[in-house]
Amino acid sequence: MLLASLAAQASPLSAQQIKDLQSLVSQLNPIQQAWVSGYLAAAAQLAGGLSAAPVQQTNESAVLTILYGSQTGNAKAVATKVKAAAEQQGIAVKLADIGSYKTTALAKEKYLLIVTSTYGEGEPPESAVAFHKFLFSKKAPKLDGLKYAVLGLGDTSYEFFCKTAIDFDEQLAALGAKRLHARADLDVDYAAQAASWTEAAVLAFAPELKQETGSAQVIAWPGATATASHDSAYTKETPYSAELSVNQKITGRDSTKDVRHIEISLVDSGITYQPGDALGVYFLNDTKAVDAILTATGLDGTTEVQLAGQTLALKTALTEQLELTQSYPSFVEKYAQATANSELLELVKDKAALRQYLDSRQTLDVILQNPAPLTAQQLVDSLRKQQPRLYSIASSQAEVGDEVHLTVGVVRYDAFGETHLGGASGFLAERLEEGSQVKVFVEHNDNFRLPDHETPVIMIGPGTGIAPFRAFLQERDQAGATGQNWLFFGNPHFTQDFLYQVELQDYLKRGVLSKLDVAFSRDQAQKVYVQDKLRVKAEEIWTWLQQGAYLYICGDGNKMAKDVHQALLDIAQQQGGFSVEQAEQYFDDLRQAKRYQKDVY
Amino acid sequence: MTQPINPDLQVQGQLSDNERLKKDSHLLRGTITKDLKDEITGGFNGDNFMLIRFHGMYQQDDRDIRPERAQQKLEPLHNVMLRARMPGGIITPEQWLAIDEFAADNTLYGSIRLTTRQTFQFHGVLKPKIKGMHQMLNSIGIDSIATAGDVNRNVLCTSNPVESVLHQQAYEWAAKISEHLLPKTRAYAEIWLDEEKVETTEVEPVLGETYLPRKFKTTVVIPPQNDVDVHANDLNFVAIAENGQLIGFNVLVGGGLAMTHGDKGTYPRKAEDFGFIGLEHVLAVAEHVVTVQRDYGDRVNRKNAKTKYTIDRIGVETFKAEVEKRVGVKFQPSRPYEFTGRGDRFGWVEGIDGKHHLTVFIENGRILDYPGKTLKTGVAEIARIHKGDFRMTANQNLIIAGVAAEDKTRIEALARQHGLINDSVTEQRKNSMACVSLPTCPLAMAEAERYLPTLVTHVEALLSKHGVPDDHIILRVVGCPNGCGRAMLAEAGLVGRGPGKYNLYLGGNTQGTRIPKLYLDNVAEAEILQALDGLIGRWVLERQSGECFGDFVVRVGVVAEVKVSKTDFHA
Repeated sequence: MLLASLAAQASPLSAQQIKDLQSLVSQLNPIQQAWVSGYLAAAAQLAGGLSAAPVQQTNESAVLTILYGSQTGNAKAVATKVKAAAEQQGIAVKLADIGSYKTTALAKEKYLLIVTSTYGEGEPPESAVAFHKFLFSKKAPKLDGLKYAVLGLGDTSYEFFCKTAIDFDEQLAALGAKRLHARADLDVDYAAQAASWTEAAVLAFAPELKQETGSAQVIAWPGATATASHDSAYTKETPYSAELSVNQKITGRDSTKDVRHIEISLVDSGITYQPGDALGVYFLNDTKAVDAILTATGLDGTTEVQLAGQTLALKTALTEQLELTQSYPSFVEKYAQATANSELLELVKDKAALRQYLDSRQTLDVILQNPAPLTAQQLVDSLRKQQPRLYSIASSQAEVGDEVHLTVGVVRYDAFGETHLGGASGFLAERLEEGSQVKVFVEHNDNFRLPDHETPVIMIGPGTGIAPFRAFLQERDQAGATGQNWLFFGNPHFTQDFLYQVELQDYLKRGVLSKLDVAFSRDQAQKVYVQDKLRVKAEEIWTWLQQGAYLYICGDGNKMAKDVHQALLDIAQQQGGFSVEQAEQYFDDLRQAKRYQKDVY
Repeated sequence: MTQPINPDLQVQGQLSDNERLKKDSHLLRGTITKDLKDEITGGFNGDNFMLIRFHGMYQQDDRDIRPERAQQKLEPLHNVMLRARMPGGIITPEQWLAIDEFAADNTLYGSIRLTTRQTFQFHGVLKPKIKGMHQMLNSIGIDSIATAGDVNRNVLCTSNPVESVLHQQAYEWAAKISEHLLPKTRAYAEIWLDEEKVETTEVEPVLGETYLPRKFKTTVVIPPQNDVDVHANDLNFVAIAENGQLIGFNVLVGGGLAMTHGDKGTYPRKAEDFGFIGLEHVLAVAEHVVTVQRDYGDRVNRKNAKTKYTIDRIGVETFKAEVEKRVGVKFQPSRPYEFTGRGDRFGWVEGIDGKHHLTVFIENGRILDYPGKTLKTGVAEIARIHKGDFRMTANQNLIIAGVAAEDKTRIEALARQHGLINDSVTEQRKNSMACVSLPTCPLAMAEAERYLPTLVTHVEALLSKHGVPDDHIILRVVGCPNGCGRAMLAEAGLVGRGPGKYNLYLGGNTQGTRIPKLYLDNVAEAEILQALDGLIGRWVLERQSGECFGDFVVRVGVVAEVKVSKTDFHA
């Protein structure tokens, strides 16, 4: 039965309940719908009624609460594994996204384990911002009764490596909580260390929790398991080999930017995604770069090496498995040791100098500029495994069916007499031919979701940040959603960089887009950015927010998202008559209510 | 001054949509101001697309990259071409330096394009730059009012610096006629110059609130030169002088070259001689040729809306009588005059006032710096030291006019240094012309400006092959049949049909008093050159003394002479 016709049928639901149900179901893909159907049936049987409460009553205090603060899904995946390991030990576990965790519950919490990533310049992932703020605010309670452990995921190529985990770890201690297991700060190739930390951490909690509960109790949290259910068979570990169907440059011939519209076929894969999700992309390194490395190190590409328990040819490992583009400190250190390069060894002692050195260099530059003999295995051991790159999906399946579209900014710059290309963007834009295969998986992001069809949305997406909003607009267009849509877009030049201009003009003409404001920074003497356009439209933005509009930001997290946030704070002060603190609180509340969502990188 | 209208002389029927948009435009305002604020498109929407033409601009785009941009999900690279109003084509060095700088800094193509209507065009001005452009022009005393659209356009005047007294008098009339026939709406000032809206009841006493049925072109010509090509124009004042002083004009009405491929109801047509008038009636005659055309021109079918069709429909005598009635004078019998040629006199000439004038050849009228030929820099360098003025000719060339004897050397040195004087340019090249066409003109069907240099090289080779390298044929190439390059008054005219394909017309003459006739239909370069090869060979062998190519092909019957366009052109 179609939900649309439900209201007309005799049903035990009230009109509002039908509306809520329709709203929920409209956001679910078929697999999710199937899961919800099963979940409700089971819940009804067990409880004799409908309830989202824990299936079985349990002693709350005897539960290990696991929170994850995840930007790209890694922390969530690790937290899910921690949960499984804890349950194996007979520990009752509550797993939740830190973004949906009620901070008021923290004071009563007895056992807490947090897995969190860090992004940008040491900031919490978007979902953990509120929790982070709370911990450092005056409202943070005494936590004498809490025992905890924190696991950090990060990337050593960033200056503030695992900063959020460190913040949580130290602040919980400062608030009186007892650290039950030492924090670990893991780099991008975290898998092995995460497994060993998990094992040790669970063992640290196990004696106390087992004592308190006596027996294992599994508490089902819809939020946690529902997430798992819409994962397809293809994951980060087992990606789908998809076909690249379109690689189209969408900036003009005189643009300083090379942005590609990428279409990938998911036909027959059964992969589903929602607007707001990201696509993980694996790539092959440039064979020219691989050959140059072999030459610089004097190694034979056919030499067999060991990598993650596999035996394979060095050239294959370099091409398919190892990170040669994104540079990071630990490589320099390992490579310097393996090649006994005293200059590099000296450099790694000075973190700031090392960071500066790496700013302009890809991993392969470090090798090519410091050619030295070392064994094939040493080389492999000093490199880390390639991490898939995540791109915000730029399409809605409601419109494109079994395709997935991306908006990829090609990283390309000249340095040291050579053109440098980004790993994944170079692969997609230049090395992968249309019709060839690319390994992908969907990374779901429940922290970037459209509201119901009636709610107005304000989307701020300059540059490639427009990607998820193209997905939003496709989704709302196909659904005939009545909620108003307002997009802010910006880029350097109107004639060259107006991404998806023709599509947006059409959405505007058809009324799918209610408003479109653009900021082309370099078309006039004084640079104009999206935040400037927001300020110009302050009154109207405030009105929209008063009317319940959802606010979304996608794009650069280092500068743009902060500038936009500042503009929003200014607007709240100016239009709402708020103090700085009240304005901050206003947007914190919006964030808590899921009305202020970010997908920034 | 409403005139009684005879409905029998009007075309009845559903008015064309252009009539609606003019009527709805609130005297050419439309919603242009709103479009200027629209940041989502570089173009103009709806009626404004047409209305900006009345303000001297055409919306264009770079057609070379149109398909590429469609793939890039970008709209066409919309921009505007601006055509200035420069009666008689006279521009001062100060004005030149200002437009030189604007073209360099604010246009996509960086050029100043001299045109067959004795003015300059900017190509590739993006929407955010438009207002600044008009304000810059205004600050140097130039506007672009009514250089396009259904109005009287830029008024031409023979570039004759030698007869300096006569030229000055004729030029003053060109300027006066231009002013007299301008739209009176304040729309231009309000929209582009941010002038305040004045609460007045505006009227258009001459043009009317729906303006003219179609474009209208006027010249003032000083025989024996016919550089302005009178037969390409709706209204021409042929200067008649006595003792070097202007005493009046013969009035020629109803010339025009535009046609539509495949529509035999359209054709190029010469102007009719209405007779002589004294100077005291010039403005009234100009006004009422316009008002008769305004009232009786076809507003139903735009393809038949020009004055030439009105004359053929209501009759020369009826048209003329109506003008006489409205002005209140009779045309006197025409005074004798003779046209001898249309080309510019290149190099230095000395005027009767003792000033010197240097005419330089500008291929295609495109002033831009090319490798080894820094034309644009050269003209600007000259402008910095020049004490006279510049004159843009109807042949798309440039005259550095009014040079004192002592300044000749310096100016010539600069002209040579920057490739403005090139002694190796052949007569053939100097007598060849093309319209702008691709990539900017939206009407173009085939290349013209970008093709002309190559075509001329081929024709030069043919002339050399037949032993007459210093002879020439008036050769004109246009991208479409709308007439900008005046191919329908050439000895050999190519009119674009499609990419690489042209109609070849033969049989115009050097004076510009005969319409050529179709010789080859929809053919490519090889066939055109093959035909010209044979015909030039015959011409060289069989021509009579001094006989031009166009006269020859008509005399020997290669093409039939077009005497009356309406009946002969398509016969």
